[in-house]
Amino acid sequence: MMEVAVMERTDQKPAANAAAVELSRVTVRFTTDRGSVTALENIDLTVPNGGFLTLLGPSGCGKSTLLRVVSDLIQPTSGSVKVLGGDAAAARARREIGFVFQDAALLPWRTAIENVSLPLEVGGRNARPGRRTPKELLELVGLAGWENALPHELSGGMRQRVSIARALVNDPKLLLMDEPFGALDEITRDRLNEELLSVWQETDTTILFVTHSIYEAAFLGQQVLLLAARPGRVRETVEVPLPSPRHIEQRESVQFIELAAHLRRVLETC
Amino acid sequence: MSASAIEAAPVSKTFDDDDAQARFDADRRYLAWRRRLLPVIATVGILIVWEASVHIFGIRPFIAPAPSAVAVMFVQKFPLLMANLGPTAIEAISGFLIGNIAAVLIATSFVYQRTVEEAFFPVAVMVHTIPVMAYAPILVLLLGNGMAAKVAIAAMICFFPTLVNMTRGLRNVNPQHMELMRILSASPTEIFFKLRFKNSLPYLFSALKIAAATSVIGAIVGEWIGSTTGIGALIIQATYNFDSPLLYATIVVGSCFSALFFGIISWAERLSLKWNVAETA
Repeated sequence: MMEVAVMERTDQKPAANAAAVELSRVTVRFTTDRGSVTALENIDLTVPNGGFLTLLGPSGCGKSTLLRVVSDLIQPTSGSVKVLGGDAAAARARREIGFVFQDAALLPWRTAIENVSLPLEVGGRNARPGRRTPKELLELVGLAGWENALPHELSGGMRQRVSIARALVNDPKLLLMDEPFGALDEITRDRLNEELLSVWQETDTTILFVTHSIYEAAFLGQQVLLLAARPGRVRETVEVPLPSPRHIEQRESVQFIELAAHLRRVLETC
Repeated sequence: MSASAIEAAPVSKTFDDDDAQARFDADRRYLAWRRRLLPVIATVGILIVWEASVHIFGIRPFIAPAPSAVAVMFVQKFPLLMANLGPTAIEAISGFLIGNIAAVLIATSFVYQRTVEEAFFPVAVMVHTIPVMAYAPILVLLLGNGMAAKVAIAAMICFFPTLVNMTRGLRNVNPQHMELMRILSASPTEIFFKLRFKNSLPYLFSALKIAAATSVIGAIVGEWIGSTTGIGALIIQATYNFDSPLLYATIVVGSCFSALFFGIISWAERLSLKWNVAETA
């Protein structure tokens, strides 16, 4: 708690090249009826400003828990969490964190544009608008003309685009994505992967992306963080040597295939 | 993008070929008419069999009147029937409003205060297990022989289904929606009105549709116990006078009113729950 107080004083002026996310020795333990479960153990992790880090690991490795620690939805049992130079709660309160959920999590009674506008309606004075209007954001994610469609009228891929637009509406500096394309078919997923990279380049947001797909992790990330399960811990951090901007065809390169093979070998031991 | 656009486009224009489109539209019209006509044909069939049986077997009118006799009575006594429908309708609608509003408010308190639910839900269950015929006289004793007792009976009969459904609807919020609201630092009021309440509407409407029919039953049962006007009083009078055609005509009026009430709630549901695919599909 003392640490938090210290961090709050410094959060007004983060150092110019401070890391967007810095976790050191973060441990999360849940207490259940059948004893305590260690979801994350001694996680050290740094994401540079403007970086794209993918978190890859088998189920039960605490990937989602990690995103929830960074977004202040879960308090770590021990360790320090620094988000955008301050503590996670302050960054969340300033709307500097955008979150994209596994199944889009659109409110079914709101149209696409009303869903994108939700962050501007709730949360009182934190709800300041960003540079782009909800309409412009829907255009950015390729949904111009679909403003008044209800979620059930949209395909899974389109729903996920709406949720990305919603996450961007306050101009977050950090975008947390929890297996956003996990439920989509491969073709849609490939297309959204490419589009996400172009959104990332256009908005200079830092992205933390959770996935259990080796190809997605390698294709999107500048770095891939491999997590092992039970308890969730860092296995290895792998730099992705692919040049930017990336295209789906790069996945057929020898470089990419070798990288994927390496990730697979490490994953097998997780 | 275009592939998913077609996928999600409304089905007003499905085929490029005009002929195919015409055939498709014709088929759709046929299916729509079929759906509407089948119940009508079944009803008319039952009425014909009934009418024929009364004449063939010589059944006396006070045991089972022919549909034609009921129809004649309906036309002759129409002003009387409507005069008696008035009080019943007022009692049913007031009871419906009071019972449901109370249920919604109490469900809200349950969701925010577990203790309240733990203390009062068993009481609500106990009250719910009492047959309406048992508590109706008690309410008449408490509230007198006027409309108040009937309104109270209708309200009580509506209360329980709405309480149970509304509590579920307010509580069964998608956990990711809750996390989203927390990330957005939403206030409890915002979470209630923008998330919980909206989320509970499909549950609420299911309960309201049950309540629409049962509130009329509640009002009628209330009128059985000492009342001079209303559908319930007319049913008792007609039964005592062996005036079966009037009894049947009264039942038809009561049922039609229930069905109309149910229809209005269903229509309101369709209007306000366009987003709820499970209900509208």
